[in-house]
Amino acid sequence: MNKIFPQLISAGAIIFIAIFAQYLTPFDPYEQNLARALTPPDSINLLGTDRYGRDILSRVIIGSQTTILSALALLAVISIFGSLIGAVCGFKGGKLDTFLMRLSDVFLAFPQMVFAIAAAGALGGGLFNAALALALIGWTKYARISRSLTLTIRKMPYIDAAKLAGTSSFGILINHVLPNIAGPILVTAALDIGTIIMELAGLSFLGLGAMPPTAEWGAMMNNGRSMLQTASWVILAPGFAIFLTVAIFNLLGDALRDVLDVKNR
Amino acid sequence: MILEVRHVKKSFNGRAVLDDINFSVDAGECVGIVGRSGCGKSTLAKIIARLIDYDSGEIFIDGELQMIFQMPEDSFNPRKTLGWSIAEPMKNRDFKNIPARVSDLLLEVGLPADYAKKYPHEVSGGECQRAAIARAISVNPKILICDEATSALDVTIQAQIINLLKKLCREKKIACLFITHDLNLLPKIADRVIVLHGGKIVDENSTAEIFKNAKSPFTKELIEGGLFWKI
Ligand SMILES: Nc1ncnc2c1ncn2[C@@H]1O[C@H](COP(=O)(O)OP(=O)(O)OP(=O)(O)O)[C@@H](O)[C@H]1O
Ligand SMILES: [Mg+2]
Repeated sequence: MNKIFPQLISAGAIIFIAIFAQYLTPFDPYEQNLARALTPPDSINLLGTDRYGRDILSRVIIGSQTTILSALALLAVISIFGSLIGAVCGFKGGKLDTFLMRLSDVFLAFPQMVFAIAAAGALGGGLFNAALALALIGWTKYARISRSLTLTIRKMPYIDAAKLAGTSSFGILINHVLPNIAGPILVTAALDIGTIIMELAGLSFLGLGAMPPTAEWGAMMNNGRSMLQTASWVILAPGFAIFLTVAIFNLLGDALRDVLDVKNR
Repeated sequence: MILEVRHVKKSFNGRAVLDDINFSVDAGECVGIVGRSGCGKSTLAKIIARLIDYDSGEIFIDGELQMIFQMPEDSFNPRKTLGWSIAEPMKNRDFKNIPARVSDLLLEVGLPADYAKKYPHEVSGGECQRAAIARAISVNPKILICDEATSALDVTIQAQIINLLKKLCREKKIACLFITHDLNLLPKIADRVIVLHGGKIVDENSTAEIFKNAKSPFTKELIEGGLFWKI
């Protein structure tokens, strides 16, 4: 447990900030103050202000809510939905399996980000549509992983033992298959948080995700793009926030992988 | 008669693995099935246990059938305690007082009752196999199939498990189908021996007779430990 404690604390802190962002901002993140526009970091605006004089620290804090909570929600949906599909396919086999796996082949044939850009564009932008675009392609990875894990587990003697015990197919799926694929899926999901945050921010950066004036890290970076040389803090603050968050969740994923390995417990 | 196997055939990808198997097992009797690796012993066990389908023939079973597997640790879900797994067949049959029965069963197979709380990776292979025996006898089976149940264990533990199986089968009048590639284990437990080779029964006799009077060259090979130099 000690191995994972620092990672859990840091990830927990970030999620805490995201949930209670409203109460943690020193200034109103949306209030404009043109007199102080593009002020470099000082004792009042710790991370400086943007071109409308809005406090960047407050916007980074409130932006964590948009970026992290939507990434986590998206991840929860695709990992649960994808794994269930994969487990049922792997366990039941047959036509359903063939159909869903060919469908996921089709999705996997596109580079993920290219597909997401196209889909988000076609859906008309906005944070929800950006998340939907990522979900459309994101579930396939979980379906694949959980299917192949299920195929291995299905051959284990304890599945035969459960059949002899008289447990139904549904009971076997719930009690024997899912608990044994949950660990690897959780690790995959934890390692995916960073990617999803980057992809959501990336779509916003491209103008296909969160719309102004919503404070979202990718959109904030886009705003600061033209001022990289004159007012670099505008782009560096959200950029560093993305970097830190992605790094922390990736470290958490690595630590989870070590801890959840049954044999190493 | 507790088990009757009639004209059972099974092939995988067009290759016959079991070719017209016929035998029967009486109540309380222990029959050894022996043969070289790959001769279809596990396939036969799984067919009798209805874990895989067969191509043709008939199988009659009179009463509950349970099975014990080769790899003790793999026959338990690693995410569940031994107690949970031992209780599973009883839960599905609406037994009463299950926790108390789990404790009794553990004691019966020579394990402390608090092993119910342990996970499979926390106990030794021999202990795990004892727990598997507890799970199998929990629902009062009439026949127990042991597929290489002692092959993964070292020699002293092997003898303990065989003695435990023998004692329990005697006491509870459970018939036993003891499957092994090692003919020399059978005098300790089996009343009768069936020798499988190439998907057919090539020899069948009482355990004492099979050693004195082997009818098939394959039986002789197994007696001489031919298995070892064949590998
Ligand atoms: N699902 C399967 N698909 C194809 N071939 C199979 C399958 N299961 C078993 N076989 C083949 O059937 C033959 C018999 O296998 P089986 O596992 O019954 O042998 P065995 O006598 O139990 O061997 P061992 O002593 O090594 O356990 C083997 O040649 C094996 O390759
Ligand atoms: Mg076998």
